[in-house]
Amino acid sequence: MAYDKFNILESSAVPLPIENVDTDQIIPARFLKATERKDFDKNLFRDWRYNTDGTPKDDFPLNNPKYSGKILVGGKNFGSGSSREHAAWAIYDYGFRCVVSSFFADIFRNNCLNIGVLPVQVSPEFLKKMFSDIEKKSDSKFEVNLPNQRISIVSSGISEGFEITDYKKENLLNGFDDIDYLLNLKGDIKDFAANAPF
Amino acid sequence: MCCCFRVLLSCSLISTVPSTHHFMSYTLFDKVWDSHVIKKIDKGPDVLFIDRHLVHEVTSPVAFLGLKERRIPVLYPERTFATADHNTPTIDQHLPVKDPLSANQLKALENNSAEHGISYWGLGHEKNGIVHVIGPEAGITLPGATIVCGDSHTSTHGAFGAIAFGIGTSEVEMVLATQCIMQPKPKSMRINVNGKLSFGVTPKDVALYIISKLSTSGATGYFVEYAGEVFRDMTMEGRMTVCNLSIEMGARGGMIAPDEKTFSFIEGREYAPKEAAWDTAMDYWKTLRSDDDAIFDKEINFDAADIEPMITYGTNPGMGGGISHGIPMAESLEGGVSSYKKSLAYMDFNEGESMIDKPIDFVFLGSCTNGRIEDFRAFASIVKGRKKAENVTAWLVPGSHKVEDAIKAEGILDILHEAGFELREPGCSACLAMNDDKIPPGKYAVSTSNRNFEGRQGPGSRTLLASPLVAAAAAITGKVTDPRVFMQAEVA
Repeated sequence: MAYDKFNILESSAVPLPIENVDTDQIIPARFLKATERKDFDKNLFRDWRYNTDGTPKDDFPLNNPKYSGKILVGGKNFGSGSSREHAAWAIYDYGFRCVVSSFFADIFRNNCLNIGVLPVQVSPEFLKKMFSDIEKKSDSKFEVNLPNQRISIVSSGISEGFEITDYKKENLLNGFDDIDYLLNLKGDIKDFAANAPF
Repeated sequence: MCCCFRVLLSCSLISTVPSTHHFMSYTLFDKVWDSHVIKKIDKGPDVLFIDRHLVHEVTSPVAFLGLKERRIPVLYPERTFATADHNTPTIDQHLPVKDPLSANQLKALENNSAEHGISYWGLGHEKNGIVHVIGPEAGITLPGATIVCGDSHTSTHGAFGAIAFGIGTSEVEMVLATQCIMQPKPKSMRINVNGKLSFGVTPKDVALYIISKLSTSGATGYFVEYAGEVFRDMTMEGRMTVCNLSIEMGARGGMIAPDEKTFSFIEGREYAPKEAAWDTAMDYWKTLRSDDDAIFDKEINFDAADIEPMITYGTNPGMGGGISHGIPMAESLEGGVSSYKKSLAYMDFNEGESMIDKPIDFVFLGSCTNGRIEDFRAFASIVKGRKKAENVTAWLVPGSHKVEDAIKAEGILDILHEAGFELREPGCSACLAMNDDKIPPGKYAVSTSNRNFEGRQGPGSRTLLASPLVAAAAAITGKVTDPRVFMQAEVA
């Protein structure tokens, strides 16, 4: 599914200062029964966000009117566990374009990059600064600059570089995906398959 | 297809290894990965050819929709195998599926498979079962192959010396469309466990022990090779359990060099090479081991004697310890104290408490981690001649119809029935609780599955991960029990 191009994003952020946020929390398995990509955002963080009777839990950051924006800031080891891409879809469809953490699980990171969510890995120190900045002023702005591979805290000007491969960067800047690329390699793939042993 | 092993190997050496590296040594992982790289992208990922693609109902429908939107077919349907497992009932499978959303998802996979010419082993099919159980059973899983599936426990197949890992739905679409994915090559890690396992210690305990030492992110960015005496001594079923849990320490996958046990497991299975092709395959498979002087990015050693039956007390698989040990104090851990306390609060446990004798409500035997025949044998060895505790609800779910058949043929079903247990029909079941097999809020389950995340086995459920032996002991006593108590009694 096509996604919006990513270039420079300036936005406030929603803090989620919890470590090891697994994809079962991002979207529980019982909400994975759809056959199309629709409405997953409604169940983003379902069991942390809502009581069993469906009323919102006021203390969860997504329900706190103080917090908003297109950046989600999570604790270390974000996105561990299940490979469900539904977790990344729920995040994108809710309106986030960037997830910041000091460490990401591999499959979740790939899934994000494949659907237009930019995972930004920062140092534990920088992550701490972001959390404290949001704590001081809940609508604090951050700039995520993909061309320069830099994330800044707008109020203080403190910034840090982040890594992304040139290939994935080009994809995000242009809204391309891997299938566009691979379809152009079909000749090479067929030659390879003709000699593959299994 | 049969005469190309040497061609492939020599091609890979010419095309993917720089000529200046003539004297380099290779890891098992390097050998398999490098021989599947179609193209290396400068400052980008490798284009990796995928030999086998396993598909299930939950992570595939949006991928098939993507193909439809792009108006492209499945490139190699004969390399793709589909089964229904995640979202299926484990009773009355002969009846229509009651939940309309689940029924719709199953129908979508059936239709998509038919439309694209993919083998589909749906509910009731003799080859149906959990995707990571039926792949090896059918001989689809082979040494030296690349295998992917939209499921993180695809790492299971690494037990055969394959590179196998979980992918997201965009990548499922990619593999359907092009038989390739684009991945940066992970770093390499070797985990050596030497010595002999103690009495009552199973492959599940070995894996939970390693995860407890490395944490759930300790191997993120790595592909793991398991080596040493413990894995050499292990059965294929045990190796599958260990490789299955690689993802729980963050690793992309885990693998074990193939040996005579591997080859004899595969020989004669439906999709395995036959006759001359078998001999050619064997010549290649015997080269699949890490060279003696191969260098790993990280190497970790453990002593088998340090491992005892394990159980988890928290809300990720790294929060576990020996069953006789207590729950650690928060101060003794490195960082993350608030997350640790949040986790114990969810479980309603306290720091420093003993796990032994904690009351439990449910026992779940099954899943791609511990749903194979060996796991049912282990469970039966404890419950034989005893009775299930009255306060325990036990769900015993075979990983496939073949496992179910073996349970019956070996007389295990009779032992289970005499002890007051019932057997359900194959599927993922309470491991992720997409179907009706949900642990109720606040209840404790000793589970042989792979994840103890909050709500994993049902909203509000509390999971204690353990081996089939520990699960059986808990099912008999109704509380967390060291299974060695029962086993020693029998030895005496």
